[in-house]
Amino acid sequence: MAVKTLIEAIRDALFEEMRRDPTVIVLGEDVGYRGGVFRATEGLLQEFGAERVIDTPLAESAIVGIAIGAAVNGFRPVAEIQFADFIVPAIDQIANEAARLRYRSAGEWWCPLVIRAPFGGGVHGGLYHSQSVEAYFTHVPGLKVVVPSSPYDAKGLLKAAIRDDDPVLYFEHKKAYRLVKGEVPEGDYIVPIGPAKVARPGRHLTVIAYGLMTTYALEAAERAAAEGIDVEVVDLLTLYPPDKKTILESVKKTSRALVVYEDNLTGGFGAEIAAIIAEEAFPYLDAPVMRLAGPDVPAMPYAAPLEEVFMVNPEKILAKIRQLAAY
Amino acid sequence: MLKDQTLTEAYTTPGRHREVGLSDEQALEMYKKMVLARTIDERVWTLGRMGKVHFVLTSAGHEAAQVGAAFALRPGYDWILPYYRDLALVLTLGLTPYEIMVNFLGRRDDPCSRGRQMPVHWSARRLNIVSGSSPVGTQVPHAAGVALACKLRREDRVTFVSFGEGATSTGDWHEGMNFAGIHQLPVIFFCENNGYAISVPYHKQVACDNVADRAPAYRMAGVVVDGMDPIATYAVVKAAVDRAERGEGPTLIEAKTYRLTPHSSADDDRTYRSREEVEAWRRRDPIVLFKKYLMASGLLDEELDRQIHAQALAEVDEATDRAEACPYPDISELYTHVYAGS
Repeated sequence: MAVKTLIEAIRDALFEEMRRDPTVIVLGEDVGYRGGVFRATEGLLQEFGAERVIDTPLAESAIVGIAIGAAVNGFRPVAEIQFADFIVPAIDQIANEAARLRYRSAGEWWCPLVIRAPFGGGVHGGLYHSQSVEAYFTHVPGLKVVVPSSPYDAKGLLKAAIRDDDPVLYFEHKKAYRLVKGEVPEGDYIVPIGPAKVARPGRHLTVIAYGLMTTYALEAAERAAAEGIDVEVVDLLTLYPPDKKTILESVKKTSRALVVYEDNLTGGFGAEIAAIIAEEAFPYLDAPVMRLAGPDVPAMPYAAPLEEVFMVNPEKILAKIRQLAAY
Repeated sequence: MLKDQTLTEAYTTPGRHREVGLSDEQALEMYKKMVLARTIDERVWTLGRMGKVHFVLTSAGHEAAQVGAAFALRPGYDWILPYYRDLALVLTLGLTPYEIMVNFLGRRDDPCSRGRQMPVHWSARRLNIVSGSSPVGTQVPHAAGVALACKLRREDRVTFVSFGEGATSTGDWHEGMNFAGIHQLPVIFFCENNGYAISVPYHKQVACDNVADRAPAYRMAGVVVDGMDPIATYAVVKAAVDRAERGEGPTLIEAKTYRLTPHSSADDDRTYRSREEVEAWRRRDPIVLFKKYLMASGLLDEELDRQIHAQALAEVDEATDRAEACPYPDISELYTHVYAGS
């Protein structure tokens, strides 16, 4: 099996789905001739032409709004928001329109639509090229929110998202694009939207993470093992609707839970996971649910030392694992 | 008096409908739809005052613009993205008085949303009328996307999207217009300019004299039409349909009209419009003007007019009775249609 980077796996999924289904189109800023600023859509224009790979104006609300219209009328658009930080002007179209279309028409209208957006920090992106924005959307029934961490899951989840009949937000950690490598099968397979995965089984405590944080949690878990702490890592994959079953099964087994996310601590998606555990697994807990996340400052600074303090990394996760294990 | 809207006595000359390709029967049918829309309109205001309808917002004053436009479109073939003011439009395109009445009452048979949305958020899949939200302007990029899909499939369907002049201030309006212009998409942008976005007058909403003046910046035709005149409105919408079908791209049409009622049952227009102004516009009530036109064209007399009104009233009575007998949605429906298969 070929070893690929996260971004190669994403590109493979786009090529395969566009070959499989002529109603799949790609639109966004720089997705055509430039092949995307991260090169996720490189080569699509050459194979599928400018009608199916559309360079749009610099207007996020239009990118999503036009994708909704095309989806209503029989297409399966994959819209790219160049950086997740820029998705905010499109929130009305995503939350008020795409997410509510099926509900507000009692099932008469719907929009099979994928919105891909690179998110996350650690790349010297400063305030507007580093954000984690998932919590804006994990509050919105009608949306599905997925975040792959491995190349295998990235390909399978994107295929599932494109074939899904509801709007799916697909967040790709931009630092993971070329950092994270893994085996990816050639050809067609699906990773279903919904279930979380136990990425590493363990007995002493559970770390729940997604995106690059899963990669970092696995690294921290390896180092903890050398200290005799056996860590289970749950990779959420789908944030919304959340897979409570997998989370609760793991926590009921280990009795200790650490939720890791890169977003600001307060109101970040990990807060919801902590609430689920506190509410539904309280009798099983031997320690308070812990969270490790970014600080409550507006966004990640550019200057390297400041960025480093903001970012969660394997060392910080390991320190928190030790603290939780010792509780 | 409004500076921007023209209170002109000018109107289409008798018999003009034949020149634009409408038969005598079609002209009379237009009038019947306008009267029926107004009759529904008056009924739902009454039901509102009785506390049976919780929110009233209608098309009174806009009937000529909407019925004229609807006659140029092909129901169930062309795509329609209306806004909340479009009762007469969707009625003419094929929603029945019963469907409109259950929509206002929020009953189980409401075809637009089964009682989920407030009234007047029109939707009907069989008629290609796409569900919209309350903030007008958001549906403009949708229209560009719908039309893009038609163009990619090489279809000759036209996408018609309507809005008030207030919506033309939104970013989404610009973004949708811009994309449609760049790709020369088969879209008709139909602005029903009634001079007010609730209370805010045109001159505080739009910097140029006409909304249609903006069209050249989007590389599309811009047309101003008397929205109190269904024949004139039909003619410009038909020309826009033909233009779109020929692959000549989008058109921005501005129908100058006037709202004869407050914005909604939650509004009091006495706080921002003088009674003199409203009375002046009542003399240009599109139904009054069109009646005169049809009489001058030899298609209508007082007796036939009485019959048309009586027929409309009977239809609305029957629709109201049936709608009031229709049950509310079952409370279990609160949880359905969140995702596919739910």
